[in-house]
Amino acid sequence: MKSFLYSLAALVVMGLAFWAYSENYRTQESIATVEKLHRDIASAQARVAVLKAEWAYLNRPDRLRDLAEMNFTRLELLPLAPEQFGAIDQIGFPSNELPITQPIEVMERGE
Amino acid sequence: MTEMRTPLRPLARVLGAREAGENPDWIERENIRKRHEVMRDKARHMAEGRLLVLGLFFLAGFVVIGAQMTLLAVSEPTEPRTTATTTQIVAQRADIVDRQGRVLATNFDTHSLYAHPKDLVDPAGAVAALIEIFPDLDGDRLLADFTGDRKFLWIKRKISPEQKQAVHDIGDPGLLFGPREMRLYPNGPIAAHVLGGASFGKEGVSSAEVIGTAGVEKHFDEYLRDPANNGAPLQLSLDLSVQAATERVLDGGMRLLNAKGAASVLMDVYTGEVVSLVSLPDFDPNDRPQPLVQGDQSDSPLFNRALQGVYELGSAFKIFTAAQAVELGLVTPESQVDTQGPLRWGKFTIGEFQGKNYGPTLSVTRVIEKSSNVGTARLAQQIGAERQKEFMRQLGFLEPTALEMVEAAGAKPLYPSKWTELSTMTISYGHGISTSPVHLAAGYATLLNGGRKVTPTLLKQGRARLGEQVVSPEVSKASRAMLRRVVTEGTASFGDVLGYAVGGKTGTADKPRPNGGYYDDKTLTTFASVFPAHDPKYVLVVTLDEPLETSSNEPRRSAGWTAVPVAAEVIRRVAPLLGLRPEIEPVEVQGITLTSSE
Repeated sequence: MKSFLYSLAALVVMGLAFWAYSENYRTQESIATVEKLHRDIASAQARVAVLKAEWAYLNRPDRLRDLAEMNFTRLELLPLAPEQFGAIDQIGFPSNELPITQPIEVMERGE
Repeated sequence: MTEMRTPLRPLARVLGAREAGENPDWIERENIRKRHEVMRDKARHMAEGRLLVLGLFFLAGFVVIGAQMTLLAVSEPTEPRTTATTTQIVAQRADIVDRQGRVLATNFDTHSLYAHPKDLVDPAGAVAALIEIFPDLDGDRLLADFTGDRKFLWIKRKISPEQKQAVHDIGDPGLLFGPREMRLYPNGPIAAHVLGGASFGKEGVSSAEVIGTAGVEKHFDEYLRDPANNGAPLQLSLDLSVQAATERVLDGGMRLLNAKGAASVLMDVYTGEVVSLVSLPDFDPNDRPQPLVQGDQSDSPLFNRALQGVYELGSAFKIFTAAQAVELGLVTPESQVDTQGPLRWGKFTIGEFQGKNYGPTLSVTRVIEKSSNVGTARLAQQIGAERQKEFMRQLGFLEPTALEMVEAAGAKPLYPSKWTELSTMTISYGHGISTSPVHLAAGYATLLNGGRKVTPTLLKQGRARLGEQVVSPEVSKASRAMLRRVVTEGTASFGDVLGYAVGGKTGTADKPRPNGGYYDDKTLTTFASVFPAHDPKYVLVVTLDEPLETSSNEPRRSAGWTAVPVAAEVIRRVAPLLGLRPEIEPVEVQGITLTSSE
């Protein structure tokens, strides 16, 4: 009985050793993945910062104004003026009358 | 206990002693002594053993701690690799954005170029190739440096990726690159004076400090560089599109009117937020010019006319005199004031613009409308020096503004050290006191928002920041009505913008000569306005330096012909951008009832 317990304990120790060994390697692998992700995030953030700067540069008011002036014949853009504010009743809503008032039979079309 | 316990009085020895005629007590005593000796030895042995064990524990403790310390001392420091937090790569300096989050200043990764001349393979060839890439380099000096004793040499502080590639292609191992974070102002000269600029501080091969040199960049230098903010941008109260439109209109007005400079301040009347702050001529903060080494600093494009320029702003101050007189109950807007000119005071004469005469009397409203110096001076006489000075202090005209720019503290208003009765009279119409346009805008905002003190700020505010009550809401309303009359009937008739009910006051001040006296043909014209006058939202101050209107035979230099139309155009362009829709001004019922009740 005693020897059986001893051998069982030895087997358990060996099993645990294998488990710890594999866990260690899995942890190392996860750390490496996390580090790579951090690097990727950092480079993505750097890229985003550059894109934001470029967006701001391309949208600078001076450039937009010049573009609007260059393309005036096509776009006819003008600076916002007080006259462009309108009242809600200036909008041409469609009339209340429906264009089709007679009921249409659709059953016989097989729909 | 291994040995047998010896009895204290062994009968055999006691009997023997008695027979021998000895005292048997001695035997007992001896036995007690022996027993005590044994006990003592045992106790000592035990104590020694305990001490030894304790000593071993201490030794083990010291060894463990010492070993750990040695280990820590000799090991290389490494960052913890397994932190769960998301590591943010934060830029060295936070961005600056406008009130809608549009970027005003950001960072850009570039490279610096330096050389280790000892490692150069072909110094002459490298110099020739570098000159080709950077034509501004001094070839002879570079060659001397490359072939001399130097071990390290900066060649360029900032180079573009294309230039870096070109230098890389030279292929000389002595030419090296270091990373550099560069401050970028994507909008160019827009809001240049507010932003200021940045430059490199302490420089190393692998990085360089970016420090602010002027404007908000310098005022908020520590905040922008604080890593604790985790890269959160600094949000200003400026609005990029409003700022751009104002600069555009002001630049056009400055050219049309042949002015040498222009400035404007647009401020929210309740929060004190500066929505646009313009000073022309301006500069590109990406390539900040050097300060002038000679001549007048106020001629430099770096000079912020809206904040640093303290000028006598002229008649725009008259409304403060009128408002104070009404506030003190000395007059009502309808009271008649003696305007018979010219007004003599000692050897001084106070006359009207272009020698006009508005006598014999005008109502207070008409004094403001016509901009009568004599009428305002008479009101000031009634107010008195003490009360006027206190009122000017309450409106903030005697202190530098609290605007969050490094230049603000330097812009101290100029006013007479002795506030005499004559000073009172001249200050009542804006002469003898010099303030910046930002001061004037803050004063107008305070007077017209219902009379609560406003502190100008460049940071976006969530809600109104109103201070003490300076004038009553009724006086504030009356002042707005008077200013509206100036536009509808008086000197600022070009200032009306349909739908925005502009109210405002003109100011034309002759420029002072550097050595005393005033120029006859150089003026500084101001239009301080509020819109809409019946429900104030914004205050706009426009100032033109030495304008000249030449559409007729007679040259005109007054504010009504120069600053007013420019300000009107600014309002026309900017008010829609601010989200104000044009509306029909309510009819002034109060005025009618007042006159009919008299």
